[in-house]
Amino acid sequence: MNALAARRRHPAAILLLLLLGLVATGGLYSLLAPKPAQAATATADDVNAGKMLFLANCATCHGLHAEGSKDAPSLAGVGAAAVDFQVGTGRMPLAGPGVQAAASKKIMFTDAQIASLAAYVASLSPGPAIPDDQYTKGDGNIAHGNELFKVNCAMCHNFAGSGGALTRGKYAPSLRNVTGTHIYEAMVSGPQSMPVFNDANLSPTDKNDIISYLHELDKNKNPGGMNLGNLGPVSEGMFIWVFGLGLMIGAAVWLGAKAA
Amino acid sequence: MEPTGAEGGHPGTALGLDQGHTEGEGGMPERFANPGLPPHVSRSADLGEHAARRAERQVAALFGISMVATVIFLVAYFAIDQNTYRFVPGIGQANLSNIVLGVTLGLSLLCIGLGAVHWAKTLMPDTEVTEARHPQRSSDDARAEAVETIMAGGDATQLARRPLIRYMLGGALGLFALPLGLQVAGSLGPLPHAELSTTFWRKGMRLVRDPELSPIKASDVTIGSVFNVMPEGIDKSHDVLEEKGKAAVLLMRLNPDDIKIAKERDWGHDGIVAYSKICTHVGCPVGLYEQQTHHLLCPCHQSTFDVTEDCKVIFGPAHRPLPQLKITVDAEGYLVADSAFREAVGPSFWERG
Repeated sequence: MNALAARRRHPAAILLLLLLGLVATGGLYSLLAPKPAQAATATADDVNAGKMLFLANCATCHGLHAEGSKDAPSLAGVGAAAVDFQVGTGRMPLAGPGVQAAASKKIMFTDAQIASLAAYVASLSPGPAIPDDQYTKGDGNIAHGNELFKVNCAMCHNFAGSGGALTRGKYAPSLRNVTGTHIYEAMVSGPQSMPVFNDANLSPTDKNDIISYLHELDKNKNPGGMNLGNLGPVSEGMFIWVFGLGLMIGAAVWLGAKAA
Repeated sequence: MEPTGAEGGHPGTALGLDQGHTEGEGGMPERFANPGLPPHVSRSADLGEHAARRAERQVAALFGISMVATVIFLVAYFAIDQNTYRFVPGIGQANLSNIVLGVTLGLSLLCIGLGAVHWAKTLMPDTEVTEARHPQRSSDDARAEAVETIMAGGDATQLARRPLIRYMLGGALGLFALPLGLQVAGSLGPLPHAELSTTFWRKGMRLVRDPELSPIKASDVTIGSVFNVMPEGIDKSHDVLEEKGKAAVLLMRLNPDDIKIAKERDWGHDGIVAYSKICTHVGCPVGLYEQQTHHLLCPCHQSTFDVTEDCKVIFGPAHRPLPQLKITVDAEGYLVADSAFREAVGPSFWERG
């Protein structure tokens, strides 16, 4: 005990204390952290709560029984996946009229409310469910995901997942920093202009590979900085034509000008 | 021609459009007078020692900046870890070592250049100098001597006396031209024959997914989905990439009621239709399918095809609709081609008409 007391002012003591504190906090967190709710086990309460939310927030456009109207499509058969994607990314409720719903930082509902809404819409008619965690973790085969991405996704979403233009003002959004669950749900539900990639086309494992590839892209660092949107030759060419040539012309003018 | 204008003109005294107009008398003057050089304008550095000193300091400062930048480069090369990423204003998250090395090296070279040009423009003499051109023609003696030297060289080769060498040399040089010409002529052929008009697709071939090459059941293709499709066995063809480039097909399922053209419905299966993915404009892959509007967009030049109307062109530079592949299902329920493409896929070519 004496030996310990004598060393309490040792420079390493503070470090040791910090380390102990961190380990204790981390351990406690992993024990006490809330576990993600299982969406598959929707109770009747969830469905009822979801129905109330639906009537209050969605029925104006989608109809009292989600049958759709001239402003909004019917939600028959879209499943819980579509609801979780559209509401969870802030696309719904629609912020304003436009060619397509845009993802928004401002999510209007809590996770629990979204789960209830999804449970209610899924109870109306069968559709794709919210995917299992094991297929959205992004721990799959990155190289295979890249191959699948190039064939099935890159034509609209760009080789680097930066998104791109479609016809008449519509666009394919950027896939950077999108959660694996939302990517998976977009593939199975085909939101807006996007076609559906069902499990017969891309198996759940294939989808996980694509998510792995996209998450790997997110981690990629850009040594030169200034990626100009990762759009390829259009933005890069534009930059060098405007700034590079502009600089050259400026230099030529300065070279030719007489000194005062 | 009145001699006013160029010589007597001062900026700010330009005449209005309705003034100074004189009727010409026709004909050209005998000779235009040489206007000569404009009067020399002295620079501030020529006039005062103070300005000259300032210019000298500016040039020295530019060279000084260059030296500082070079020193920073040398230090940064060792001091900054190559895997450090930092936020750089205007550039974003970037490799710090990359940015610092590039900027300092660029700055040191740029400042040497700027200093040299500034030095030449402000301090070095800038008076206009006329240097008369000397005659181009050599003297008669030198010309005669040159002719003599060439003739003597020709005699020394003894080509006139020894015809055997003369003819063999001519033959060797003449023959050497053939391989050069042959490569040019050889590159013009052989003719592509039917390669431009045909693809790998044959009747009875299964439609397989790209890149897995696994067959597709008709029930797998739900409404609104899109499959990227290749013919079965394409991986065993002679030129896989070339064949893939021609045979790529996009498979979509529409609600059969949405299809407006009877031929399109007949060539498909229960609303499942297959179209060539090669744009009829210049051959880009037409892959951007919008499942709600049923528009197919080519990313290269925005040609847009309407899948509900047999892929008719509704926008953009493409001239012909995308060719449809006639499909059906085999006994096991897998989608198969019911015939090869009935027309050439991809862009126009000479013999296509």
